[in-house]
Amino acid sequence: MTDAAWIDAALTSARPQAVGALLRYFRNLDTAEEAFQNASLRALKSWPQNGPPRDPAGWLIMVGRNVAIDDIRRSRKQEPLPADEAISDLDDAEDALAERLDGSHYRDDILRLLFICCHPELPATQQIALALRIVSGLTVKQIARAFLVSEAAMEQRITRAKARVADADVPFETPGAVERTERLAAVAAMIYLIFNEGYSASGDTAEIRAPLCEEAIRLARLLLRLFQGEPEIMGLTALLLLQHARAAARFDAGGALVLLDDQDRALWNQKMIAEGLALIDKAMRHRRSGPYQIQAAIAALHARAAKPEDTDWTQIDLLYGALEIMQPSPVVTLNRAVAVSKVRGPQAALEMIEPLGQRLSNYFHFFGVRGAFLMQLGRNDEARVAFDRAIALANTSAEAAHIRMHLDRLMRDSQPRGVKAGK
Amino acid sequence: MLYAILCYHDEDTVGSWTREQDAAVMKKLAVVQDKLTKQGRLGPVARLLPTTSATTLRKDDPPVVLDGPYAETKEQLLGFYVVDCNNLDEALDVARDLGAANPGGAYEIRPVGLFEPGSAAT
Repeated sequence: MTDAAWIDAALTSARPQAVGALLRYFRNLDTAEEAFQNASLRALKSWPQNGPPRDPAGWLIMVGRNVAIDDIRRSRKQEPLPADEAISDLDDAEDALAERLDGSHYRDDILRLLFICCHPELPATQQIALALRIVSGLTVKQIARAFLVSEAAMEQRITRAKARVADADVPFETPGAVERTERLAAVAAMIYLIFNEGYSASGDTAEIRAPLCEEAIRLARLLLRLFQGEPEIMGLTALLLLQHARAAARFDAGGALVLLDDQDRALWNQKMIAEGLALIDKAMRHRRSGPYQIQAAIAALHARAAKPEDTDWTQIDLLYGALEIMQPSPVVTLNRAVAVSKVRGPQAALEMIEPLGQRLSNYFHFFGVRGAFLMQLGRNDEARVAFDRAIALANTSAEAAHIRMHLDRLMRDSQPRGVKAGK
Repeated sequence: MLYAILCYHDEDTVGSWTREQDAAVMKKLAVVQDKLTKQGRLGPVARLLPTTSATTLRKDDPPVVLDGPYAETKEQLLGFYVVDCNNLDEALDVARDLGAANPGGAYEIRPVGLFEPGSAAT
């Protein structure tokens, strides 16, 4: 590896821990970030000459803190600059610091940092942008690209988010058990949101947005390493891995969405699947079920099926049933209905989703699924109405194109035999 | 004499390789492995899943199951087993049996992502 490459990798992996600790010292996001930037600049100068420090995060925290404190002093007293060597000579300091970081401090530092990014007063789009900037260290340009907005707009979004966080009251004391659990849940939800931003991309933007999925997996792994015994964090990590494993098969060459049943399963990433399956297996041992574990278990059943017809739909129906109880939502019921249609047929599935019509009256997937059930029942006129509504509600061109495919098939099927097409 | 060669690296770095980068490294390694195989010298090769998928059994009395890799540094790595199991529970049962036969220390249980049985004779 070149100097630049390993330093870059070391800075990225030390970043959450270092910025988290600096935030604990300075209690100000901008100061913490700036301190980390300054420390990184010094690392670029010092590490190629002196070799990497034993504990890069410890080094960055110490240097970042000293530089920031000097900056504060200087601006107060206009004192002369301290010599560079005085700051960089860290041998003794590093020992003391490394010892302290071994404690549980840094776990709460990273959790607090993530938690601040998903503060309840921030709208979801700002939460994600802030986390990608502050925790992951992506540049504003990179984030703007992934969100398909201009750099200026993203800069503004992040600045606003920071201002809100500065006004919000985030306690810096080490959280108690209950609060830690709440923070963990909020952070897990935010990581899932980042993943979904990448996952829900359409075919033409999937490649640009894929880094969001990868970053979410990296953050989930980070969280899991800090909270190794939390089955829901295992479930979350497993869920993201199992879903992302299908990335290469989800769009065809023209960028059109390929549904699970039609995907080329040889394109699924078996390495990610193996890891996801191992994690869900590990989570289940705890007998403390949760929404992420159930969703991961459903994804695992799909991943285990070599062919679509091998899918264990009965088990998937049961798992969605459990998810409905835990997290009642019309969308969950809609998903369950798809499993029900495979197990008990389209009539039972249709009856299951009829009561959802009002709450999902603006939901693309509701009309897509409803149309498909009606089509299976041979109620083609009603199916066509549902598909038309779905197209009107489609979020991406890929979604609309997929429904149009169904409509074309309906047209072909309803064309009376022997009659010439076209009028 | 058989020698075990244990692989250490930063899993964040290796985990962030793209599929292509990973495949390129595996291809280069395969060249070395093929040479050893032809000489009849290569034993089993395994690639483990990340430490986040690890579980540890402390061989106390009674044994304690902990999530995560074995993190202590006062013990040393003395050996390893590769056992075919349907799931983690089965692997833990095997580890408990082994632990009962030889108490003290710990076993770290890691799913194996890739396994080549190899052909080296004693």
